[in-house]
Amino acid sequence: MVVRDLLHQPTRMVWHEESDLSDLDVVIIPGGFSYGDYLRCGAIARFSPALQATVRHAEQGKLVMGICNGFQVLTEAGLLPGALMRNRDLHFVCDRVSLRVERTDSPWTQSYKPGQIITLPIAHGEGNYYADAETLADLESHNQILFRYCTPTGETSVAGNPNGSLNHIAGICNRHGNVMGMMPHPERAADPMLGNTEGLTLFKSVLGSMAVV
Amino acid sequence: MTEASAITTAPFSLGEITSEGLKPEEYEEIFRRLGRHPNKAELGMFGVMWSEHCCYKNSRPLLKQFPTTGSRVLVGPGENAGVVDVGDGLRLAFKIESHNHPSAVEPFQGAATGVGGILRDIFTMGARPIAILNSLRFGDLNDARTKRLLSGVVAGISHYGNCVGVPTVGGEVYFDPAYAGNPLVNAMALGLMETPDIVKSGAIGIGNPVLYVGSTTGRDGMGGASFASSELSDASMDDRPAVQVGDPFLEKSLIEACLEAFRTGAVVAAQDMGAAGITCSTSEMAAKGGVGIELDLDLIPVRETGMVPYEYLLSESQERMLFVAAKGREQELIDIFERWGLHAVVAGSVMVEPIVRILFQGSVAAEIPATALADNTPIYHRELPPQPPDYAQQAWTWNVAALPPCTAEGISIAATLQTWNDLLLKLLDVPTIASKRWIYRQYDHQVQNNTVLLPGGADAAIVRLRPQTEPGATSNRGVAATVDCNARYVYLHPYEGAKAAVAEAARNLSCVGAEPIAVTDNLNFGSPENPTGYWQLSEACRGLAEACQEFSTPVTGGNVSLYNETLDSQGKPQAIYPTPVVGMVGLVPDLTKICGQGWQEEGDRIYLLGLPLETVSSCITLGGSEYLAAIHGTIAGMPPIVDFGLERQVQAACREGIRQGWVKSAHDCAEGGLAIALAEACISGGGGSSEGAFSRSL
Repeated sequence: MVVRDLLHQPTRMVWHEESDLSDLDVVIIPGGFSYGDYLRCGAIARFSPALQATVRHAEQGKLVMGICNGFQVLTEAGLLPGALMRNRDLHFVCDRVSLRVERTDSPWTQSYKPGQIITLPIAHGEGNYYADAETLADLESHNQILFRYCTPTGETSVAGNPNGSLNHIAGICNRHGNVMGMMPHPERAADPMLGNTEGLTLFKSVLGSMAVV
Repeated sequence: MTEASAITTAPFSLGEITSEGLKPEEYEEIFRRLGRHPNKAELGMFGVMWSEHCCYKNSRPLLKQFPTTGSRVLVGPGENAGVVDVGDGLRLAFKIESHNHPSAVEPFQGAATGVGGILRDIFTMGARPIAILNSLRFGDLNDARTKRLLSGVVAGISHYGNCVGVPTVGGEVYFDPAYAGNPLVNAMALGLMETPDIVKSGAIGIGNPVLYVGSTTGRDGMGGASFASSELSDASMDDRPAVQVGDPFLEKSLIEACLEAFRTGAVVAAQDMGAAGITCSTSEMAAKGGVGIELDLDLIPVRETGMVPYEYLLSESQERMLFVAAKGREQELIDIFERWGLHAVVAGSVMVEPIVRILFQGSVAAEIPATALADNTPIYHRELPPQPPDYAQQAWTWNVAALPPCTAEGISIAATLQTWNDLLLKLLDVPTIASKRWIYRQYDHQVQNNTVLLPGGADAAIVRLRPQTEPGATSNRGVAATVDCNARYVYLHPYEGAKAAVAEAARNLSCVGAEPIAVTDNLNFGSPENPTGYWQLSEACRGLAEACQEFSTPVTGGNVSLYNETLDSQGKPQAIYPTPVVGMVGLVPDLTKICGQGWQEEGDRIYLLGLPLETVSSCITLGGSEYLAAIHGTIAGMPPIVDFGLERQVQAACREGIRQGWVKSAHDCAEGGLAIALAEACISGGGGSSEGAFSRSL
């Protein structure tokens, strides 16, 4: 809805049994409960033909974005490292949280200002980012963390972390930068009618990067 | 054979008959209508269909008083949900329903399937669900059982609503010992019509195929409707199989498949399978269409083997529907459902003879006139007691002189001076008044990207009306919704309390700038067989009817939940507070002209609409107040009397002020009165500087 109605880009829905995505530039895996999230979030979705095609899409260096359940699916599919576990307090949490933009040289974040503090909605039960120490160190050293949870003044602390994610991670990308996943919902902060539009910048960033390419 | 002797020759014991929820005289009536004894399956069918839950045998004469028509009403009571015209060619379906008894024994699944059930009522009409609200009542929060029930119910609503992708945008929660054994879980849903024609439930077209669609049938939820229509006791825990198990992902697929199927025009009628499953859907569709339905149980997809007709017919397995399709187009529909991974099978057909005929293994397992089950059902006209019950008469004698003396500093309670500041903090700490953030934070209230006013920030929720059938369509229109009932008021004076519930709902809508247009009501009461229970029900209905008339908000449907009682250890029934929950929807023609409840800017003036504080009037009283209950431990007094003329004026002034942009925030005075209203406006507005204004106003 955001990309189609607010940014007026051609879009189409992909049916889970589709296996040809060659007509697409960017694949967005939205939030939701794929296959009911039974068994484990995203665990069944990774076997769908559409996701297999998404893996091939990513391998060609094309852009793939996973929001919320989409992020979970991407970690299950192995396109992004780590896993999303049950939230720290074991409840689903729907709220608006502060995020710090950690880098602005990615196609996903280039229209933000370095270190910018933004507010985005979250809505998840399993958003507690986990990875082993080595993977975390790798993510940090390769600058793969795009967004971190923080307090409204930008401090990363337990108080600003809604779900217990390690290193306060809210969104990451792969080493190459073409695959990104995030738990917060930028698309829910894009429509002026609903107030906050700080998420729209992310979609504009992607459009900007496509124009350059 | 005389009528009176039928039961003596019945092939069932009296115990078997009453265990189906039927009274001996009802069995006589069944015998008279069939001209023979029913078999076991038929007895079960009568049991569920003649339960209060399905046939409103105690409440129907009272419900007749409700105004049900109006210029905006497209579909009134009697269908799966009401539908109103909200302008710009947009039509809104909405309905409220209870799942009290299941939630009492199994809070998680009880509440989850309550959400699933009300959503099915909405999309069965051809509407896409766009919002859920809920109205919850629990006992004392210090009680361990209440905590378990609360967290189970909230987790269940969160589980189902979040997964199915419909935002839970608002609601109300009360805590009172009156609900200790019998919590209330009412869920309301709203949907935006997506089909050109509203899908109705009356079967039409002789020879048309009857399709069973959705999930499989199992033994879960057996006899839930009868279970919902009796008192709860310790033995109710043994009724846990009567609680259904929900599958929200399957329901999400069912929503998409049904809406797609309806858009083809090949579905001529649809009915969801809720209470009493196959029995209720076949008999209601047949009775409404004035036709008959023949259904072959051998064709029904099952999830377990060895089921007998009684079990098929009474199963309340979730996420199932019954369709009547246009003859020759059934394959088209089957293809759609199969694409969504769902069952759709032709299991019967529409016939001329107005009977429900159930086939099983090649023979007739049940054969009953459809109207005997679904239309021409027993009705009990009861008499009001000659005077109000003693408890009420005694409560009305209370007056403010009974309170200890007070000064500008505070009030002495049990020889201790409590300052007004202390008391305000105490009131803010009462669970009924305190913030419900812990609850609504667990509900996805933003999914679908249309939630304009978030929970906790305004007196009512507002959702944008954005049709998904027309990509790119933008709409400036919205709908506001609220659920309200101060049951303590209703307990003290059912007639005035019910009026107040409608007035409060309309006031909450007006406070966000919405024009109240229609009502769905959920009548949660004790046993109507008890004179006090019937008095409460009858008086509350009279109040609701009058208030809905006065506010021009017709009732388009709802739900009746009686027998909300728990048997105590002595076997004495303890009824809940009479709780007629009012779900009301309001129109927002321009989403830029709305407001929340928090103060916006330092220096803004605060106005009190209505009557000046010093006025002596029956509209302003401490009777039945939260202050009286929480601070003084007194449940007494006459609740505030609604002055319809004044109420309409106040609400119209508020709406007009918001529309003109003069009013930046608005909040109604409800539980805890003006003091709490001011405090909440401060808290929502970010406190701080506003506090000066707040204390001056006091």
